[in-house]
Amino acid sequence: MTQRLPLIIFALVMAVIPLVPDIPPFWIVLLDNIGLAALVAMGLVLLTGVGGLTSFGQAAFCGFGAYTTAVLTTAYGLSPWLTLPASLLVSGIAAVVLGIVTVRLSGHYLPLGTIAWGIGLFYLFSKLEFLGRNDGISGIPPLSIGSFKMLSPDAIYYAIWVAVLLSALLTMNLLDSRTGRAIRALRRGHVAAEAFGVQTPRAKLLVFIYAAVLAGLSGWLYAHFQRAANPTPFGAQAGIEYLFIAVVGGAGYVWGAVLGAGIVVVLKEVLQSYLPYIFGGQSQLETIVFGIMLVLLLQLAPSGVWPWLMSWLPFKPARKTPDTSLKLEHRERAPGSSSVLLHIEKARKQFGGVIAVNDVSFDVNAREIVALIGPNGAGKSTTFNLITGVLTATSGKISVLGKEVENAPPQEVVKLGVSRTFQHVKLVPDMTVLENVAIGAHLRGNSGAISSMLRLDRADEAKLLAEAARQIERVGLSDQIDQLAGSLSLGQQRIVEIARALCVDPMLLLLDEPAAGLRHMEKQRLAALLRQLRDGGMSVLLVEHDMGFVMDLADRIVVLDFGTKIAEGTPAAIKTNPEVIKAYLGAAA
Amino acid sequence: MNTTIMLFLLQDGITNGAIYALLGLALVLVFAVTRVILIPQGEFVTYGALSYAMLATGQVPGTAQLAVAMGLVAFALDLFFARKALHARLVMRSAALNIVFPVALLGLTYALVGPNTPIAVNIALALLIVAAIGLFLYRIAFQPIAHTSVLVLLIASVGCHLALQGLGLVFFGAEGLRGPALSNAAVTAGPLRFTGQSLAVYGLTVAFIVALWLFFGYTKTGKALRATAVNRLGARLVGIRTTLSGQIAFLLASVIGALSGILIVPITTLYYDTGFLIGLKGFIAAIIGGLVSYPLTAVAAILVGIVEAFSSFYASNFKEVIVFFLILPVLVLRSLAAPQVEEEKD
Repeated sequence: MTQRLPLIIFALVMAVIPLVPDIPPFWIVLLDNIGLAALVAMGLVLLTGVGGLTSFGQAAFCGFGAYTTAVLTTAYGLSPWLTLPASLLVSGIAAVVLGIVTVRLSGHYLPLGTIAWGIGLFYLFSKLEFLGRNDGISGIPPLSIGSFKMLSPDAIYYAIWVAVLLSALLTMNLLDSRTGRAIRALRRGHVAAEAFGVQTPRAKLLVFIYAAVLAGLSGWLYAHFQRAANPTPFGAQAGIEYLFIAVVGGAGYVWGAVLGAGIVVVLKEVLQSYLPYIFGGQSQLETIVFGIMLVLLLQLAPSGVWPWLMSWLPFKPARKTPDTSLKLEHRERAPGSSSVLLHIEKARKQFGGVIAVNDVSFDVNAREIVALIGPNGAGKSTTFNLITGVLTATSGKISVLGKEVENAPPQEVVKLGVSRTFQHVKLVPDMTVLENVAIGAHLRGNSGAISSMLRLDRADEAKLLAEAARQIERVGLSDQIDQLAGSLSLGQQRIVEIARALCVDPMLLLLDEPAAGLRHMEKQRLAALLRQLRDGGMSVLLVEHDMGFVMDLADRIVVLDFGTKIAEGTPAAIKTNPEVIKAYLGAAA
Repeated sequence: MNTTIMLFLLQDGITNGAIYALLGLALVLVFAVTRVILIPQGEFVTYGALSYAMLATGQVPGTAQLAVAMGLVAFALDLFFARKALHARLVMRSAALNIVFPVALLGLTYALVGPNTPIAVNIALALLIVAAIGLFLYRIAFQPIAHTSVLVLLIASVGCHLALQGLGLVFFGAEGLRGPALSNAAVTAGPLRFTGQSLAVYGLTVAFIVALWLFFGYTKTGKALRATAVNRLGARLVGIRTTLSGQIAFLLASVIGALSGILIVPITTLYYDTGFLIGLKGFIAAIIGGLVSYPLTAVAAILVGIVEAFSSFYASNFKEVIVFFLILPVLVLRSLAAPQVEEEKD
């Protein structure tokens, strides 16, 4: 309840504003515009700030929403309430079509693509006969409840702000869920998320559609607010302005969208009334100031106004501690009697002319710790990537419990009970340790986006968080559970990665240099943990450079050099193996 | 459709395409060196074209004053960033580049401007003014954030576009302008008539493509610029001055943009916001070229020009729609061809 308190207070304040006597009607119009812009910017927060997908084309989705209701109400006489689902559906479908095409694009191609189709759609709106070409469509009926028609700005005010508050609530619910964590992991690259079963293209498409539907909602409201629709507010300029709003407010924060909309809409109004005095009667001069401000903002305060404002708060919002008594069911184990857990036969990976992994074969048995060692560039991490499906093997066979993996994607490999950590830590730095670790349990939950938004996922979510908290406790990081992952030392971050991998409930744990950056005592604790995991029935395959650590811990060691396996055996045998000594120290003089 | 119309459309498409090719090249150049996706390229076009057109009517364009103002800001930034190690040589060099150069340019413009000034002088003045603006734009807007991600640079780039386009409205007004032709000579070949203007367009485009290709492939400076693009830190460690690379790239891009503008302003009327659309068409070409390949970009630009010419004949209403949606199939092909494996860093 305490977490909802600020929202309730805000809602009450917004509800009272139009009732204040003598409030200038112009202020209400401004607030209406702020609400409309905030809706679009909120979608951008999710898309750009959280998901890392920049779009300059959101205004076009407003256009879809506005024109859908404009056509349906004027040409077919439908009630505005009936056209709401239609507007949202049309924007959503447009997003699916454009999203399938553009969402897979890397970094800068996506925003460029959005500029292009944003402009293309603008011209389409202004040329199509049934959309009224450049003049647009006028005479759109107002929203009405019974005989009450929302004709005045303060009547539609409530419709707009109810939409804003509901959207903010749903968006925050979504972000604080299993799907939300998957979305928040997108911005840091997809390899880590995919290793725990997140279907990243689907997650990207989801936020793209979500942002478009919010924009469509804004467009629908706009059409009934202005009671007209023409192409101008849905062009490239508007699309750029929406992104500006999100950046000003703080692109990663839901309330940043509302704040940003407030700042930009008011600023625009002020500039429009004063700039002509400076430059002489031209219109649109506010764009000069907007442009300069945008550049300045990126240079001086790239994270926006909202986080800066929050840092002035005298108290920090409390976090709930998960109830660790809740049990999460174990993953279904694939039935398999063979004692060979992982079987690698003549695995080979070529990058052009370089053979990174050269017909390497070895096994990992049940309840066994195997170490993969070798000098730098021996192909250890590449072998890991082949096993986990990040890279596809050029040839050879890799099978888990007798089932051949056949170049399955990472999301499928993790379902077989193989989980991993990364040589270069891949956590989401601005998420807490708990949230990061909970990504590991992604496949053990099943609530989707809709149930998360409506908070129907709480039972499922509590179990996931409980499991994450248990694994954090197991690796000994309970004290850091609520800290941001980025604030931990590198060694601790590696341990967080292990906890995340344990959340998969794996049979085989692949650890890429887990002891790097750890202090002596921490290494001993890690070794004890790994032994305990092995005795509990798990197998571990680890890459490590700390020979003391490896020799002490491993049951068996596989040595790679220049992509080729040169030795395999017990630590004692490996220590005296002349080939291994030669690889590490060079030939005896 | 008969062959004559087709030839006309082809000629029209190729002339426009050549301009898009020039812009596409500049975009590829800037992106390859600084990772900035240069949305304000279109403003360089309008600034070049309209400054030239205004000079031709005997007026001093506002861009000349803008160059002085931007130079002052750039000088202040230079002083601020070097405040811990200020020495006379550095201050003198910065003052010469950022203050003396634009002020001298402004003075020269006032001195030379008039209704009877030769075309060549006007062109030179317009080019120099826009070159100064391009140079200072990099110093002011992009150099302080040169290390950030492509996305941040892109958003900043959009900010620059907004500001420059708004200023364009202040300088040139909402009315369109047209400039005098570079030459009135014309050659007739069969049904087609090649004006000196369009021949200049072809010639300069080819010259720039070859020159850029030679510059980046075979000169030490060119290679240094490419190295900066791949890894700024690495380039600095081997002694490449990365800020200089960025400045050179912006200088070249602004000159190319202004030149394209001067080439088209005698053919079509340009407005303060026309450049954005023209620049974006250069973009479509640059994207087809993957933002790396000069020859591919040039070919793609010609293609964009031809598609535009034919769609303006068959479906003139939907000309822009067709051209801008042209990018979608290209993006699909690109995304199918190169599945992403590398990680984003920011």
